[in-house]
Amino acid sequence: MKHSEEWHKKGLDYLPDQDSLFREGRFRYRRLRRYSILLTAIVAITPLIIMSIINSHQYQKTLKSDLIYPISRQTSNAKRSLEAFIQERRAALDLIIKEKSYEELYDHDKLANTLRHLKESIDGFIDLSLIDSRGNQVAYVGPYKLEGKNYRDQSWFHEVSIKGMYVSDVFLGYRDLPHFVIAVVHERESADYYILRATIDSDMLYRKILSQSVRPTSDAFLINKSGILQTPSNEYGNILEKSPIPVPPYSPRSEVIEQEDSLNDPYILGYAFIDNSPFILMEVIEPEAFMQNWLTLRNNLIWFLAISIILILIVIVWGSFHMVDKIREADMKRCKVLHQVEYTNKMASIGRLAAGVSHEINNPLAIINENAGMLNDVLSVNNDFPMRDKVTKSVISILRNVDRCSRITHRLLGFAKRMETKIETLDLRELIKEVLGFLEKEALHRNIKINTNFPQNLPGIKSDRGQLQQVFLNILNNALDATSEGGKIDIEIELRSDEKIDVNIRDTGRGISNSDLERIFEPFFSTKKEHGTGLGLSITYGIVQKLGGQIDVKSKLGEGTTFTVTFPIHASYAKE
Amino acid sequence: MADLKILLVDDEEELVSTLADRLEFRGYHADAVLSGADAIKKVGEEKYNVAVIDVKMPEINGIEVMKLILKLQEDIKVILMTGHGSPEEGELGMSEGAFDYMVKPINIDILISKIKAAAGMKE
Repeated sequence: MKHSEEWHKKGLDYLPDQDSLFREGRFRYRRLRRYSILLTAIVAITPLIIMSIINSHQYQKTLKSDLIYPISRQTSNAKRSLEAFIQERRAALDLIIKEKSYEELYDHDKLANTLRHLKESIDGFIDLSLIDSRGNQVAYVGPYKLEGKNYRDQSWFHEVSIKGMYVSDVFLGYRDLPHFVIAVVHERESADYYILRATIDSDMLYRKILSQSVRPTSDAFLINKSGILQTPSNEYGNILEKSPIPVPPYSPRSEVIEQEDSLNDPYILGYAFIDNSPFILMEVIEPEAFMQNWLTLRNNLIWFLAISIILILIVIVWGSFHMVDKIREADMKRCKVLHQVEYTNKMASIGRLAAGVSHEINNPLAIINENAGMLNDVLSVNNDFPMRDKVTKSVISILRNVDRCSRITHRLLGFAKRMETKIETLDLRELIKEVLGFLEKEALHRNIKINTNFPQNLPGIKSDRGQLQQVFLNILNNALDATSEGGKIDIEIELRSDEKIDVNIRDTGRGISNSDLERIFEPFFSTKKEHGTGLGLSITYGIVQKLGGQIDVKSKLGEGTTFTVTFPIHASYAKE
Repeated sequence: MADLKILLVDDEEELVSTLADRLEFRGYHADAVLSGADAIKKVGEEKYNVAVIDVKMPEINGIEVMKLILKLQEDIKVILMTGHGSPEEGELGMSEGAFDYMVKPINIDILISKIKAAAGMKE
C-alpha cells in the first residue's frame, strides 16, 4: 500500500514531510518497538527468573534438610543399636571369664554347657574357645574342629593381649564363613593370662542393620577402616569386597554428608563409627531417590516459568505494538496539524502577496488605460490626423492588452483569495477553462495542443473553487512539463453516475515508470530533478481527498500519462 | 450634461487628470483632486452631483472621505474605485453609503453610465 493511501486510510492528509516521517520514522518506530519489548521483557522476566532460581535453591535446600535429618537420626539409632549388640556380647564374655575359673573353662563339657547357656540367652554366638597366653587354643566348643590351633602369630592375639578386649573385622578364617570375633582377656594372679574368644555370625550385623533401615531406597552396610565391606551392600558389592565409597573422616557422632560418585552424580551418605569395633556404618541414599521430588518440582517450575514467560511476552509484544502504533498515530496527527498550519500560512502569504501585486499593477494599468483612452478620444474627433488609422490601431492594442493584464491580475487575486474552503455550486467546464487561462500561452509557445471534450449537459458540482483550481493547475502544469513540443493534452469530463464526475487529463508526454508511479503522491518526490519541489501532487492528493474525491493515475513510459480525478457531485467535504 | 458636476478623487495625478479630461471631452464637468482633504474642501465650497473616489489613498482612505462628504452634502452620489481586483472593498463601500463601485482599470463608458445612473439621468 502506498504511504499516502495508508495515511488517508487513517483519515489523515498526506502532507509535506510526512514522507520523511515514513522513511526515517518507520525505522524509528521499529526501533522504539524493539526497545520497548526488550526493556519491558527484561524488567518483567528477570525478577521472575531470579525469584524462580532463588525459590528452587531454597526448596532444594529445604528438601535436603528434610532428607538429612531422618538419615542422621536413623544412622545414630543404628550406631547405638550396633554398639549395644557388640557391648552385650562382650559383657557376656566378660562375665563368663570373670565368674568361671580357668579349669571350668578348660573343661570341654563345662565350656560346651556355657556356650549352650550363652546361645539360649544371646543369639549370634557360633563357638567359644579358651586360648592360653602362648596362643594355644586349649579348649574349643563349636561346630568346627579347631582344637589345638595356635594364634600366637596372628595380629588379633597381640592386640587383645595388649588392650584386654578385641573385636575383629569380619573375615573367613579357618571356618571359611564370614564371621567376626570378640575376645576378652583375664589376668591370673601369676601374671599369666588367658583369653576367652567367641565367634559371632556376621550375618547378625547385617540383619541388625536391615532392621534399622528406614528407607527402601537406601543402601545400609558396614565397612571396616580399610573400606572393606563387612556386610553385603545392595549397590556397592558383596561382603569382604572393597567398597567404592571412600572411608569417611572419623567422627564420634553420626554424620551426614553430600558427595558425588565417579559419574559426578550427587548422593547423600550417612555414617557412624561404631565404638570399640572396627566397623563403620554407612547409609547411602541413591541420587535418584533424593532427587525425585526435586526433579518433579524443578520440572513443574520450568513449565510454570516457560508458560509465564510466554504469556508475559505475548502481553508485552501486544502492548508494545499497541503503544507504538498509538504514538505513531499521534505523531502523524501532530505532523498533519503542523503542516496544515504551515500550508495555510504559506497560502495566506501568497494571498497577501497576490493582493499587493494586483493593486500595485492595477493602478499603473489604470493610468495607461486612461491615457490610451484619451488618445483614442482625441483620434476619434480628428479625422485628418496623419497616420490616424495606424495610431488608432496601436491605441486599441494598448487598451486590449491593458484589459488582458487586468484580467490576469483579477484572476491572480481571485485565486489567492480562494484558499479558504468555500463550498459553492461550480461548473467544472468554466473552472477548467479559467485554469487553462493561466497555461494556454505556454501551451501555444511550445506548440502543445490542448483539446477539451466537455459534455453539453453537465450538472454543477458542490465544491470549493480555489482548491479545485489548484488541483487542475497542478495536474495540467505537470502534463505541460511532461509533454514535448508538438504533443497534446486532452481534457475530458465524463459523468460517471448521478453522484460522480470524472475528469480525465491525458497527455502524450514521456510517461512515468512503474516504480515512480507508486511514489508520485509522496511529498518531496519529484521526477523534475532540481526544478520540482515534489509538493504539487502531494498537495493535490490531499485536496482531492479533502473534497471527497479520488485521484488515479495510469501511465506508460514513452506514451503518456492519464490522471483521472473523480469528484462527488454533491459536496462531501472532509472537515478538519 | 453641462450642469452635471463630477468630483474625481485619487492620489494618482496622472490617472485622475486624464480621467477628468476624458469626461470633459465627453461634455461633463469634472474637477480632479489628489487627496481626501482636498475633496472635502472642494465639496465644502461647491456642490457636486457625483464624486468618484479611489478607495486606497494616503492619510485618509476613500471610504472615510465618502462618509465626510456625505455629511457635508447629503445628496451627493459616490462611486468608489478600487485597485484590488476583487469586489470586497467596493461592496464594503456600498454598505457604508456608496452608490456603486468600479474596479481599476476602469472603462470610461461604464463609468459614464454609472455616473448617469447615480445622477438619476436616463441613458
